[in-house]
Amino acid sequence: MKKEGQIRIPSGCAIAAVISRSGKLMSGERIIKAMEPMHDRSNGLGGGFAAYGIYPDYKDFYAFHIFFDCRDTRKKTEAFLKEHFEIVKGEIIPTRKIPEITDEPIIWRYFITPLKSVLAELQLDEKEFVARTVVKINSEISGAYVFSSGKNMGTFKAVGFPEDVGRFYKLDEYEAYSWTSHGRYPTNTPGWWGGAHPFTLLDYSVVHNGEISSYDANRRFIEMFGYKCNLQTDTEVITYILDYLVRRQGLTLGEAASVIAAPFWSTIQNKTDIYDKEKHKYLRTIFPSLLITGPFSIVLGFNGGLMALNDRLKLRSMVVGEKDDKVFIASEEAAIRKMEPYAENLWSPAGGEPVIIRVEEGKY
Amino acid sequence: MIINAENIKYDDLNTAIRNAKGNIELLNVCGQRFIASGMQDKRIIINGIPGNALGAYLNGGKINVKGNAQDAVGDTMNAGEIIIHGNIGDAAGYAMRGGSIFVKGNAGYRTGIHMKAYKEKVPLIVIGGTAGSFLGEYQAGGVIVVFGLNKKYKKIVSNFPGTGMHGGKMILRSNCKDIIFPKQVSVNPATTEELEEIKKIAEKYCDFFDEDINIIMNSPFTIITPNSNNPYKQLYVTN
Repeated sequence: MKKEGQIRIPSGCAIAAVISRSGKLMSGERIIKAMEPMHDRSNGLGGGFAAYGIYPDYKDFYAFHIFFDCRDTRKKTEAFLKEHFEIVKGEIIPTRKIPEITDEPIIWRYFITPLKSVLAELQLDEKEFVARTVVKINSEISGAYVFSSGKNMGTFKAVGFPEDVGRFYKLDEYEAYSWTSHGRYPTNTPGWWGGAHPFTLLDYSVVHNGEISSYDANRRFIEMFGYKCNLQTDTEVITYILDYLVRRQGLTLGEAASVIAAPFWSTIQNKTDIYDKEKHKYLRTIFPSLLITGPFSIVLGFNGGLMALNDRLKLRSMVVGEKDDKVFIASEEAAIRKMEPYAENLWSPAGGEPVIIRVEEGKY
Repeated sequence: MIINAENIKYDDLNTAIRNAKGNIELLNVCGQRFIASGMQDKRIIINGIPGNALGAYLNGGKINVKGNAQDAVGDTMNAGEIIIHGNIGDAAGYAMRGGSIFVKGNAGYRTGIHMKAYKEKVPLIVIGGTAGSFLGEYQAGGVIVVFGLNKKYKKIVSNFPGTGMHGGKMILRSNCKDIIFPKQVSVNPATTEELEEIKKIAEKYCDFFDEDINIIMNSPFTIITPNSNNPYKQLYVTN
C-alpha cells in the first residue's frame, strides 16, 4: 500500500477538543459525540484522538503507542528499545472488533524510561533522547511507527470515521482531563493508519484542519534540527515546529503562535503598543522559515493544557465555548452544543489569535 | 408544521422541509448543513444550531434562526430573507446576488465576500454587532451595513475591510477613525440622502430584533465605495 507522501493529499477535516480547567476527568464518550454533527467533514479515511491524564499509574514513564506491520517488526523494535530503555510494561492496546474498522496493524503500547547510563553517555536530556528515539524508529525501522510518545497521555488513531475510531479503541473506558479529536478528509490518497491525526512528539499532539502551503519551506528548515518528516503530511511538520519553538527554543506558547501565524508586516507596522510591535518584528525576523501559510485551524495538546490557533487569514472555522470548569473548541458550534448544550460565551477567535487554556497547577 | 430535527441527516431534513406545507418550525437542529438550500417560498423558524451553508442558493421565502448560525449563511442566495437572532460564522452572504440577511449580533470573517448586484437585484447584509476581517472582500455590488452595537472595546470591523472592492457600498455606523482602508476605496461621511436610506434599513432591523431606532441613528455613519480614480491595474502585477 502506498503511504502518504507518495501521493499528495489536500484535506478538509473536523476538529474538536474539551478540557477541564480544574483537572476533572471525563470519559471519551463526550468527545466522540462532538464528532457526530461534523460527520460530513470527514470521509472515513482517518480519525483520531489525544487524551491527557489517562495513565496515572504510569505517569513517570513515556507511553509509546506503536503500529507494527508484522510480528518480526515488533520483535526488532522491542530489541532496539531494550538497548536504551527500561520497559516496565508492554501490551496490546485493547480494541473492539467492529465492521467499520478493518485492516488494523499490530497495535502495542510500552511504558518506558531511558536508561540512566545511556543518557549519561550521550550527554542528552531525557526528553531530547526520547524525541530522537521516536524519529529514529520512524525513519529507520521499516514497518514500525511510534504514534504517541508522551507521559500520562496517549493518542489513538485509525483509518475510519472518528466516531468509529473512538469505539474501536474503547475510549469510553479512558478518563482524561483533556481530549482532542480529528476527523479526516483526504481526497486523493489511500489513507493509512499513521497518516491519521493527531500527530505527536513527546506530550505535544496536534490536530489540524486545513492544508498548509508553506510545507516544504517549513520542512527544509525543521529537518536541519534533527526532525524527519517521514509522512510528508503537512500536520506532522506543525508538531515538530511547535516542539522546536517551545521545548527547544524556550518560547512561550503565545510567542510560538506569533511565529507560525505571524501578522502581516503592515499589521505589525500599525501596532501602537511598542513592546508588542518590537516583539513581532523580532520573531518574524528570527524565524521567517517557520511562518505557516495557507489555511489551518489547529489544537495543540500538551500536559496540562491546550492551545487553539487559526492561520492569520482565518481560512478555517473555529469556535470556542465554556461551561463551568470546561472549555470546548470545535470547527463548528454544533459540535460544542453536542458536548454541552448549555455552553456559554461562545466566540470565534480571530486569525493568529491563540487561545491557551491551562489546567490549574497541581490538578493534573 | 413542526419537524423535530434531532439525529436526522441533512438530506432527509431538507426532504421533510420540501414536503411540508405552511409555516415550518424546526426543533433540535444541530449542525445539519444546507438547510432550505435552493428552496423558495418557505417560511422556516429554526431552533438550535443550523449547519454550514444555511439557505445557500435560497430563491425566496423567509428563514428565521432563533440563535447562532455557522459558516456560509446565504451562500449565493438569489432572493428571500434570512434573519439570525444571534451571531454568524465566516463568509456570510458569499457571492450573494439578491435578498437580504439580517444578523442581530456579530459576524465572522469575509462577510459579503464577492457579493454582486444586477439591475433590480441588490442584495443586503445587515450586521447589528461587529464584523471580522475582510468585510466585503472583492465586493462587486449590493449593500453591507454594520451597526457595531455593543462592541465595547472592539473595533466595528477588524482588519482589511473592502480589500479588492470594485462595486456596491458598505455602510459603517462609526466615524471609522480607527479603521485602515485600502487605497482602492473611497471613505466618506454619509450624506443626508444616505442617512434616509440607512434609517429605512435600521427600522427593519429594529423591527426584527426589538432595538431602539434612535440609538442606532444617533451616530456618525461612514460610506465606503470603490474609488474609480485608483483602479486595480497594478494591484497584482504590472501590466
